[in-house]
Amino acid sequence: MTHFHALDQYQEGNSLVHRLDPRVKLVLTLAFVVAVTAVPHGVWVSLLLFLGTIAVIAALARVPPILIFRRSMIAIPFALAAITLVFTVDGTPLATLSVASRNVSITHQGTVAFASILTKSWLAVLAATVLATTTSFPDLVAAMRALRLPKVMVAIVSFMYRYIFIIADEALRLQRAREARSASPRSTAGGSLLWRTKILGGMIGSLFLRSYERSERIYSAMLSRGFDGTIRTMGAEKLRLSDLMISVTFIAYLLAVVALGTIYMEI
Amino acid sequence: MLMLEGPYSSRGDGSESGNPLQQAQGEAQPAIEVDALTFSYPDGRKALDGVSLTIREREKVALVGPNGAGKSTLLLHLNGILKGQGVVKIMGSEVGDGNLGLIRSQVGLVFQHPDDQLFSPTVLEDVAFGPLHMKLDEEEVRGRVKWALAQVGMAGFENRVSHHLSLGEKKRIAIATVLAMQPGILALDEPSGDLDPRARRGLIRLLRALPQTILVATHDMRLVKELLPRTVILDEGKVVVDGSTEELLEHTELLEKHGLEAP
Repeated sequence: MTHFHALDQYQEGNSLVHRLDPRVKLVLTLAFVVAVTAVPHGVWVSLLLFLGTIAVIAALARVPPILIFRRSMIAIPFALAAITLVFTVDGTPLATLSVASRNVSITHQGTVAFASILTKSWLAVLAATVLATTTSFPDLVAAMRALRLPKVMVAIVSFMYRYIFIIADEALRLQRAREARSASPRSTAGGSLLWRTKILGGMIGSLFLRSYERSERIYSAMLSRGFDGTIRTMGAEKLRLSDLMISVTFIAYLLAVVALGTIYMEI
Repeated sequence: MLMLEGPYSSRGDGSESGNPLQQAQGEAQPAIEVDALTFSYPDGRKALDGVSLTIREREKVALVGPNGAGKSTLLLHLNGILKGQGVVKIMGSEVGDGNLGLIRSQVGLVFQHPDDQLFSPTVLEDVAFGPLHMKLDEEEVRGRVKWALAQVGMAGFENRVSHHLSLGEKKRIAIATVLAMQPGILALDEPSGDLDPRARRGLIRLLRALPQTILVATHDMRLVKELLPRTVILDEGKVVVDGSTEELLEHTELLEKHGLEAP
């Protein structure tokens, strides 16, 4: 039986980064993202330092940099939405285009803003990628719970992780069934585009119905084990002193880099 | 080879010697009492039609019948997930809105598909779910998780991710999720379905060793023959046969009439 594994980002390991308390990792990742955001546009020193930080952490975790790099590319298309800044921010024109008898200028300030946003988004995704690669999903869910994120939200994330693979497996089976019936003696296999589109609609509907029915069975299974609307889970372990010290040090480092960037800007 | 463990070797609790019915009616208290239970689904289809059934403590009973006979529906009534007309009593107390918590800790319902029963990211969280919702303290919960996993031969699986387990492992852990609540009654829906012979054999061994009152809804007549001395046939929502498995298995025409076959 084939499984759908592509969604599981976690890479087993026993490095310092892997062993760090998941709560600490989650908080520090968020702190990192906030720090990256706080750096003023165009202060490349700070952003470069942050990139170096990620590289050091990835090296400590013994995760191949190419893996992190490839995974981080996923979010770049979204950041490209900021391209309009190039034209809309006022400043020194670099070039002027004539679009529909109106002059549009590409400004230096706009370009810097766009490049900064692109870099910052990428750094944020890199940090999240390192987190997901070195922390198992159940640990992340437990960390969210321990950090008092809303229980219902954490439960949704937890169910999503548990069932996304099962739904993906189901989709895979449906797809196979379609392929098995789409052999034609004359043309190449696969069926016509229209036919495949129709089948796809059916597949989506069928997946939704199956998932809906499954959710009812899961709910019955929860009720059967005494679920009464309140989600109860086991408490978290105590934070180790070393984890606490790592957190304080890392946050101090982040503040220093941001401060450096701000001072750099002033000069 | 398979017959080495004969149908009545009864290592489990030793109460199955002689006629199970007579034995049970001797001193054991009724664990499950169902009286004139009728249930229709919202679409009007009648799933249960005046079902009456008494199962005594420590009895092991098969609930068989064709697809759509109402087996699963009946199981869902035992802990109040579904509510039909009629009376369902568990250990003497009637299932009602007031005592659902207690009833659900007494009736361990194991669903047909372990992927429905194992809804948490890890095995530990799944097995702990029942005890936690019984509001037990954490130390007790951890103890029960460990004990329940050991009972089903899955000790040390606490931190495994359910998605990566085999079907046989999932079925065992699904049973552990209810054993952790230490119920007096186990109700299992198709426990041996889809299992390969080795996993199936292990499951039969496991069920035989459990001391609980057990009701198994199944099509697997070989499992019935080996494990369950009493059989109830349900067809079109009605109890059509209730008696000793040994005698029933000789009436092949009766089995075939209700969509079953002798092993």
